[in-house]
Amino acid sequence: MKKIEIENLETELFLDAINKRYGYDFTHYASASLKRRIQHFLGETNHNRITEAIPRLLYDVDFFEALIQTLSITVTEMFRDPFVYRAVREKVIPQLKTYPFLKIWHAGCATGEEVYSMAILLKEADICDGFHIYATDFNDYALKKAKEGIYPLKHARTSTVNYQKSGGTKAFSEYYQSKYDSVIMNRELKKNITFANHNLVTDSVFGEMHLVVCRNVLIYFDRVLQDRVFNLFNDSLITGGFLCMGSKESLQFSEVYEHFEETANKEKIYRKIK
Amino acid sequence: MDQQVADIRSKYKAILIGVSAGGMDALPQVLSPLPEDFPLPILIVQHSHPSGDGGFFVEYLNERCRLEVIEATDNEPISNGKVYLAPADLHLVVADSKSLTLSSGEKINHSRPSIDVLFDSAVDVYHSGLIGIILTGATPDGAKGMRKIEKTGGLTIAQDPATAKTPAMPQAAIDACSIDYVLPLEDIPGTLVKLLQNGIWPKTSRAFRST
Repeated sequence: MKKIEIENLETELFLDAINKRYGYDFTHYASASLKRRIQHFLGETNHNRITEAIPRLLYDVDFFEALIQTLSITVTEMFRDPFVYRAVREKVIPQLKTYPFLKIWHAGCATGEEVYSMAILLKEADICDGFHIYATDFNDYALKKAKEGIYPLKHARTSTVNYQKSGGTKAFSEYYQSKYDSVIMNRELKKNITFANHNLVTDSVFGEMHLVVCRNVLIYFDRVLQDRVFNLFNDSLITGGFLCMGSKESLQFSEVYEHFEETANKEKIYRKIK
Repeated sequence: MDQQVADIRSKYKAILIGVSAGGMDALPQVLSPLPEDFPLPILIVQHSHPSGDGGFFVEYLNERCRLEVIEATDNEPISNGKVYLAPADLHLVVADSKSLTLSSGEKINHSRPSIDVLFDSAVDVYHSGLIGIILTGATPDGAKGMRKIEKTGGLTIAQDPATAKTPAMPQAAIDACSIDYVLPLEDIPGTLVKLLQNGIWPKTSRAFRST
């Protein structure tokens, strides 16, 4: 066996231990990145080999929790990739406004900045109480942060710039209150949002959605799991509903591609047509 | 085709380039002389390239190269003769011999994309079939990756620090391993073409000596 094959075997055993002990299934995560991230975490916690960490993984719950935090890190910010939010404003919302009530699923919302961004867009389009956003993630710590809606003040500048680039014309500071070195998102924005735990690997469909947002989550998954999730989104959306993905992700290589048309190519926004 | 040309062609599967500060000027000098029928894929990490939302940097390179330059999308198939650029703020990872994947994991060496992440993942897939190149830059990112390429039997090239706009990065690579070629920018494309198309090892190289 070559060294790389042994390392891959080690990763397999480690993931099997996680699944059997804690019930989190990472089998269909993109293996090259996952192995790298596990190795990075174990390097930081002073384990030389992946298999050396298995006993600790089994007995030390805090160690596992810390690992999960590392493996489920999602980088996000307010109006991340502002050009995408501009396209949502210009191409998606005018279509969505024809429905009396909107249901939106933000899958993998991480710490929630983009959920608040979407709520702001909808408010600015005068869809005041005519929508509800279901914001889900499998990381409870991130969800808690999302629900609180408290973010470091030092990000406020980037948020403001992104908001303006997305076509926002108000003062972004209208949407939060500053306190010490934090900003607190307005309670008003939270009214139409439900934060809930949902695991794309194991949990099922959210029904009758008009818009599904899932950005930079699928890059963690292998093709098998990506196809499962694409089917989940396809089944969750009404015909005429929209799917908004990360700008470097693509529906093109998936089995549900024929059910969608491109609404905005570069922004990776698709509309379900059948 | 003589045996040596055939051997060299079948040995190398991909070229990796890591570049940071100064890349705007350096990359076109390396890429633009390469011919349309260049036989390998080229995977590039340019730290914090200004591509952003407009795809500016990709366009900028395409205007200057005969090879097609693509900003990698997740699941991007890897084809010979194409140039793949890591998108801003995502790691570029070789998933298997046929495709690339992206990751928004933690920064490595304070960088995302990180050169070490690309190089390290590529060695796992291509083993000794790699040519690693480090150009101008201010950080030591890529030095570990170069050492791994060297240890697994790949070929290593660094821009001559004396000619680099920012010499720290190629210098770190040179310090980390025994580099096969230390070259000024303008000699890099010619060396690649000689090696891959004509099967000629320039005599100064460590790879030449060990063959």
